[in-house]
Amino acid sequence: MMPTRRVPLFLLACGSFNPITNQHMRLFELARDHMNSTGQYQVVGGIVSPVSDGYGKQGLVLAKHRIAMAKLALQSSNWVTVDEWESQQPDWTETVVTMRYHYGRILKEFEQSTGMHNSSSRNTTPLSTSGPSLQLKLLCGADFLNTFKFPGLWRDDHVEEVVGRFGLVCVSRGGLQPEQTVHELDTLFGHRQNIFLVREWVRNETSATEVRRALRRGVSVKYLIPDSVIEYIYKHNLYTKDSEKINEGRVLRPLKKQVQQPVKSLDD
Amino acid sequence: MEGQIVTKVVLLSCGSFNPITSMHLRMFELARDHLEDTGQYKVVKGIISPVGDGYKKKGLVEACHRLEMARLATENSDWITVDSWESLQPEWVETVKVIRHHYEELLEAEQNKDDVDTVKYTKKRRIEENYFEGSAHLKRRGSPQLMLLCGADVLQSFETPNLWKQDDITEIVGCYGLVCITRSGNDPYSFIHKSDTLWKYRKNIHVVHEWVTNEISATHVRRALRRGHSVRYLLPDAVVYYIHEHDLYSAESEQKNADVVLAPLQRYTGASSS
Repeated sequence: MMPTRRVPLFLLACGSFNPITNQHMRLFELARDHMNSTGQYQVVGGIVSPVSDGYGKQGLVLAKHRIAMAKLALQSSNWVTVDEWESQQPDWTETVVTMRYHYGRILKEFEQSTGMHNSSSRNTTPLSTSGPSLQLKLLCGADFLNTFKFPGLWRDDHVEEVVGRFGLVCVSRGGLQPEQTVHELDTLFGHRQNIFLVREWVRNETSATEVRRALRRGVSVKYLIPDSVIEYIYKHNLYTKDSEKINEGRVLRPLKKQVQQPVKSLDD
Repeated sequence: MEGQIVTKVVLLSCGSFNPITSMHLRMFELARDHLEDTGQYKVVKGIISPVGDGYKKKGLVEACHRLEMARLATENSDWITVDSWESLQPEWVETVKVIRHHYEELLEAEQNKDDVDTVKYTKKRRIEENYFEGSAHLKRRGSPQLMLLCGADVLQSFETPNLWKQDDITEIVGCYGLVCITRSGNDPYSFIHKSDTLWKYRKNIHVVHEWVTNEISATHVRRALRRGHSVRYLLPDAVVYYIHEHDLYSAESEQKNADVVLAPLQRYTGASSS
């Protein structure tokens, strides 16, 4: 009898990380516990991928700072790392493209480290056809699921690929909002087996927006973000009334993308 | 021009701290921001005072561990400190007595600052005079005011029969003052409104609204630990390591004092024990 082997899993979190907060790091911990407890998966790594400056979000400080803060915050983690690739792209990168990039990268590393060279085809086929090969899933909060509802924000084939080929681990803060969204959207519903909903039982509403607001007002953010990040913020005087005006009134890059150019991606 | 007199404040937080979480530490930060924002206060110190083992609360691990965790958690704070006096008492000590103890210590420290030769008797008498000064806080010019820092749940607990002595509540809010951090779902004003004592001294009760809901409770942390779940980023890393190193919270530890009556309830319902 074959022993059931767990699927090695990487979790990827995309976002502004402006700045990274303890809550971001909690999401990783909650997701890992949940995925490991399914008995099917073994979470082997986490990736924080801050968005590039081209995203055009209001108040978004330079990627080099957001990267530096994320690195400081994750210095003490032995499984979550920061990756600069997405942040270094001159333009905003679609989430699916970022996922393809990371999947290719970790697959190569993983095969090198395990010494196995599985030459069988694995282009865009589902990731777990024969035996447990490495998987990558997108880690997100409940609000992220809602972006699928927003007209013009996602291409249908991208949703299909993100949810169908890769998969989602979605941490929610109570309420049935994520279930509702999965129910409402046919694409998500069709891949509901590949959407893992994690319940956070402790309400913690620390958001980067709240942290920036507190910093602008000179109110303490200690214990909401790591001390090392606070020091970095003060040293570089990062979040001020002026910094919140960055990209003010600008249209978010994803909303402009599709009308302008065909989608670039790594392997098409 | 009138310069406003800024009163120095020391914040005292009493509780199990079983274990201390980031939420406990946040309360201090929120309280300090709030009080200083009024322009009337300067918060000079925070004191964490873990309860003694004699409190007999279910799942309460030994005071030496709770103290050490609190010390580790406050290592990176330049104003929050941990005091072991309460936790070292063989029996449970009423909160008002803990407050009195720390107020005496404060006055003593002040006294040593400006008058080394003070006779102990005078000092003691001054403290006593201050207690019965009546209405407002203890006001000795220039000396800090001591306020009890608590969550809205403590205000609520004032209503629990046999948990508090009415005189103690009167002394705490009448002579010292409360800084109360509201957590979601609690309406502190209704508790103040319902209680004649709290209403009378409502000016000594500072209600602080938490702008980010954060429900990290020690109970939740212990539960997660018993179940082998991660508690990282809910409490400082150093505390997480300490807990694992000493294997502190387990199904077994949660059974401590399981069948024992909480000390305050025992004292106030039991006939002659005090």
